[in-house]
Amino acid sequence: MDPAAAGVEFIGTGADPTRSSTLPEEFLKRTFSLISSEKDRSSVSLVCKDWYNAERLSRRHVTIRNCYSVSPEMVAARFPAIRSVTLKGKPRFSDFNLVPDGWGADVQSWLNVFATAYPFLEELRLKRMAVTDESLEFIALNFDGFKALSLLSCDGFSTLGLEAIATHCKNLTELDIQENGIDDLGGDWLSYFPENLTSLEVLNFSTLTSEVSFDDLESLVSRCKSLRVLKVNQKINLHQLQKLLVLAPQLTELGTGTFMEELVSGSVNDLENTFSKCGNMHTLSGFWDATLLHLPVIYPVCGNLTFLNLSYANIGDVELEQILSRSKQLIRLWVVDTVGDKGLEAVGSHCQLLEELRVFPVDPFDQQIGVTESGLLAVSIGCPKLHYILYFCQRMTNAAVITVAQNCPDFTHFRLCIMSPHEPDYLTNEPMDEAFGAIVKTCTNLRRLSVSGLLTDLAFEYVGKYAKNLETLSVAFAGTSDMGMEYVMRGCPKLKRVEIRDCPFGDSALLSGLTQYESMRSLWMSDCNLTMNGCKKLAEEMGRLNVEVIKDKDDDVSLASKVYVYRTVAGPRKDAPHFVVTL
Amino acid sequence: MDLINFEATELRLGLPGSTDEQPEIKSTPSPVKTNKRSSSKMDSSVPDEQDSSRSPPAKTQVVGWPPVRSYRKNILQGKKSEPESGSGMYVKVSMDGAPYLRKVDLKVYKGYGELMKGLQEMFKCIVGLYSEMEGYKSEYAPTYEDKDGDWMLVGDVPWDMFLTSCTRLRIMKSCDVIES
Repeated sequence: MDPAAAGVEFIGTGADPTRSSTLPEEFLKRTFSLISSEKDRSSVSLVCKDWYNAERLSRRHVTIRNCYSVSPEMVAARFPAIRSVTLKGKPRFSDFNLVPDGWGADVQSWLNVFATAYPFLEELRLKRMAVTDESLEFIALNFDGFKALSLLSCDGFSTLGLEAIATHCKNLTELDIQENGIDDLGGDWLSYFPENLTSLEVLNFSTLTSEVSFDDLESLVSRCKSLRVLKVNQKINLHQLQKLLVLAPQLTELGTGTFMEELVSGSVNDLENTFSKCGNMHTLSGFWDATLLHLPVIYPVCGNLTFLNLSYANIGDVELEQILSRSKQLIRLWVVDTVGDKGLEAVGSHCQLLEELRVFPVDPFDQQIGVTESGLLAVSIGCPKLHYILYFCQRMTNAAVITVAQNCPDFTHFRLCIMSPHEPDYLTNEPMDEAFGAIVKTCTNLRRLSVSGLLTDLAFEYVGKYAKNLETLSVAFAGTSDMGMEYVMRGCPKLKRVEIRDCPFGDSALLSGLTQYESMRSLWMSDCNLTMNGCKKLAEEMGRLNVEVIKDKDDDVSLASKVYVYRTVAGPRKDAPHFVVTL
Repeated sequence: MDLINFEATELRLGLPGSTDEQPEIKSTPSPVKTNKRSSSKMDSSVPDEQDSSRSPPAKTQVVGWPPVRSYRKNILQGKKSEPESGSGMYVKVSMDGAPYLRKVDLKVYKGYGELMKGLQEMFKCIVGLYSEMEGYKSEYAPTYEDKDGDWMLVGDVPWDMFLTSCTRLRIMKSCDVIES
């Protein structure tokens, strides 16, 4: 029985909701332990005091999306039985070098608390956190039953830290190292996995650069019979991949190494044959330097693929068509714009089930045309289920996007990046206001929006008027006045994260969001028109916000060129470096 | 303390030799950092499709734009710098019956003798010494493809000429070599 419904029933009988429930706590805890959705858990905890307690005592996983919004002590005090933590730190724009080194988000202060509060911690997933080798060693030594480590977009550590994890975590099931600022000192770390470690289920070292010992990798794959996700790096060649796949046909997700090697035809058949035995494989990635010479080896598994990540393979439309014509079950596809509009036409004609498409630029700084509005149109026509798009292009038109919105009204994530700042509709030379207007008007479920191109305040007026479910908004080089931002802050009630750069929004725009900021996770504004006085005013009005200014030594003292505002119950940061001023 | 550690270990992923300090600003004299920047239209050179120059000089590169993660950018820059490192002269070498090809840097060898020794080592076969009169006295004969696409027996032309004309090597079984 749905516990929330039980609560409603209970209250409906006229019982006083503030009185203790007569359901025993153990019953509640057992029932709540079946609830994994965080949203549901949040709702459950609000029903009454007993439910709040039962929920917090039964919770095993917690996600903290801003490590400064709460202190580790508070988390430990509320949730004593946690086994799995997801922790996110720096603002997203740190991925693009907008946040200086040493800003913070150090995981060690969390680890110190977890060591005492959660000695049985099993899983740690970190995103945009500062992680040192010492911290990795700390994890390895302080949590006996530690199972799963995932590091995404973190920095500050080296492969030495990975050595510690490999050496000491006897029950390791998952090691997932992705796109980190890691100091790759060599591939020895892999050889530190002891001979008797057989528990590995997930191993992803695709973004590390050094060569690992192939013999040790082979031995590891061979003895870890539950391995289901293996993503190797570029240094592993096809010949070696063949050997690994023979040992692990049960893999569900594979990240290949380089395709650059030339195999004489006998070996190509072998590899194709080996792939044909991988009946559970649904996700493929890697493909560095892939060409039509060896891409066919994957054809046997294409029919089962639901996620294909070709974003490191600079292939063209011919290669893509060959693959897609065999991959009709695809739900998610990531490609590079070398596939061109023709390649996207192939997407439209073969991938009827496609829900997510990401098109990355092969060279963000080259003027060569990769994909254009016609590629986007083709996909929108052929893929009616599309709800997630990330699209990098040099040019776009309002007309195309308006049509796209009509073809795909179910967009939840629309991230369009026209790569030249202030780029207008290339046919009409008008701003791109109508394009985004159409998206927010038609796609009522829109949760995430990234805008680009030449935009006036009108675009934001549309957003404020129609994007009622919008949670994440990214804006760059857009808008004409404070009104732009004000429209959004006043009009979008569900905003959680707003990141703005290089827009003419000033103090009054910042202050227009006063009522919103406490229900939002964070606001980032860089290179706008904010002043220290404006930020101070915001800080004064809103006690439970941290208003942080990142000072640049070249800055005018009265200006606030980088501002990060976030709600917190932990008060001002105690670890702020000298260049972060909390107002 | 943390700051020091951070700087020492803060290395973005990058291929050896590629510097990725601030790739977005390395080609500009001053990354525009004033608050008023947003109001000035970026110097955009006309994105003329016929213009084949790689980096339009008028365009300033802005920090963190386009929003592509460092890792992905480094992969791209790594690919770009590869063809520019023209120090080696790598050609592919295939050997009949071997499961995969190899690559040799011809510049490393000072003459045919060294090349043969190198190939021998690589494929653990007896390639044999060549003499103009007798051809190769072994099971295998090294051949190469020249710039015209013709397959030639290795050793006929002076070494320097060979260096400029060889595009790939193939070690054929002697019985397959057609005597013209």
